[in-house]
Amino acid sequence: MTIRVVKPGFFTTVQDRARFGCAHLGISPAGAADLLSLRIANLLVGNDQYAPALEMTLLGAMLGFEERTILAISGANCECRLGQDRLAANSAVEASAGMVLQCGSTTDGARSYLAVQGGFDVPLVMGSASTDIRGRFGGHDGRRLQAGDVLHIRRAEKARGRPLRTGALDQMKRTGPIRVTRGVQHDWFSVDAYANFLAATYTVSEQSDRAGLRLKGVAILPRESKQLLTDGIPLGAIQVPQDGQPIILFVDQQTTGGYPKIANVIAADMRRIGQLRPRDGVQFAEVSIANAIEALDAQERWLKEIWQD
Amino acid sequence: MKVIPASDCSILIEFGDAITPEMQDRVLGLFYALQAQQDASIRNLHPGYVSLLVDFDPLAVIHDEVAAMIASLENAAGAVREAEANVVELPVCYDTEFGPDLTDVAAHTHLSVDEVICLHSSAMYRVCFLGFTAGFAYLGGMPEELHTPRLATPRRAVAGGSVGIAGSQTGIYPTETPGGWRLIGRTPVRMFDPQASQPTRVLPGDSLRFVPIDRARFEELWQERT
Repeated sequence: MTIRVVKPGFFTTVQDRARFGCAHLGISPAGAADLLSLRIANLLVGNDQYAPALEMTLLGAMLGFEERTILAISGANCECRLGQDRLAANSAVEASAGMVLQCGSTTDGARSYLAVQGGFDVPLVMGSASTDIRGRFGGHDGRRLQAGDVLHIRRAEKARGRPLRTGALDQMKRTGPIRVTRGVQHDWFSVDAYANFLAATYTVSEQSDRAGLRLKGVAILPRESKQLLTDGIPLGAIQVPQDGQPIILFVDQQTTGGYPKIANVIAADMRRIGQLRPRDGVQFAEVSIANAIEALDAQERWLKEIWQD
Repeated sequence: MKVIPASDCSILIEFGDAITPEMQDRVLGLFYALQAQQDASIRNLHPGYVSLLVDFDPLAVIHDEVAAMIASLENAAGAVREAEANVVELPVCYDTEFGPDLTDVAAHTHLSVDEVICLHSSAMYRVCFLGFTAGFAYLGGMPEELHTPRLATPRRAVAGGSVGIAGSQTGIYPTETPGGWRLIGRTPVRMFDPQASQPTRVLPGDSLRFVPIDRARFEELWQERT
């Protein structure tokens, strides 16, 4: 089964959970920027929750279905039309052969996820279907989609999707500060500088991508200018380069780096990072590691409970 | 050894604050000991100059459990891995076309171009760790005489295989990227191949030596590669 890419949208890639076990080779994890939404889209169509899906950024793709296909879109809302009809997000929909899906601009976030029943059929590279843009491997030919691409779909065997409970997704909508734990080098910064970082509202720069979200706002400078011996970077680390403008290291991050890390986004809030758009405002609030783990456990419990019986 | 929670799903093991061969042995010893555990809850290991970052699945294990696993391996970490003796000989063509900054490096170091090449290719280097980009090796052991600051303005594109110098470091760009290192040559060897069973030409802990080759040999090896 195949899907034709009529228009690729702004930046559309194949992603799955992530590529683990290769950081010591300098290979970043990649994977969905908002993994929770990818999982929901997959579960809606009855796939393995981590099956490869399309991650569409800011402006969605236009896709032609050559055979009957079950699909679902989750994540940021983007005005979608399937044939003549408006397509409801967060539910499984059937596209018949010859139909065209047109996804518009996202209205409340940065990234929408399109899952198809069976999952996108791309070769696994180092155990993952995720596209590594810088390394030019994984996903569809190691790159973002282009007009004319033909995407293959695995034939689904006994897939049975489940619908969401009404209003289930609203419970997980979160506004307010992004939660962070202290970074490894937080003590490189004075108590005042750290307080300023937590009090500030930053703006997401247009220079941002999946490797890093560059923030603009109050400059945070370390107590003294010393050189960090290059060390490993955890996912979601907030590093502060010489100009004092923080960068959130994201899924396509470098595996090592030489700038001090003041804080780290908690795992449960990484999906919110994935939905930030250029010019969005961002604030941070510190939580303990125990609270961060609790938030992640709560998110996992929530994901189990949102489905209709 | 300091064990620091780096995030809600990672721990940083810091061995000290000075780059020495002994420190490297401890970092790499723990790295290989942990890798040998093949524990599914460990997602990624990032060795650095004096530390090891351990990413784990926070739904499967907690910090204390990972810290305990690391503590139990501390003794094993002293052991040098078997592959430690692995010496990679990397052919490099120190041609001025491939190394447009050779003459600048020579001028800065008050050496002749031949002396730069001779010094660079006679040292034995150690792959401290990989990072920055897929397959990029941080090499220790460049002779002090060769230290040269990086370019004031990075190049927009540096060809894959380029060998460069930046401050006290030397390294090989695995794939085409922007870069500010002073370029002195190029290797025809593929440093990163995502489809290969061993995707990177070198691994942390390997020893590495640059072997000078002429342009004809470079072209020959380049042909063999494609």
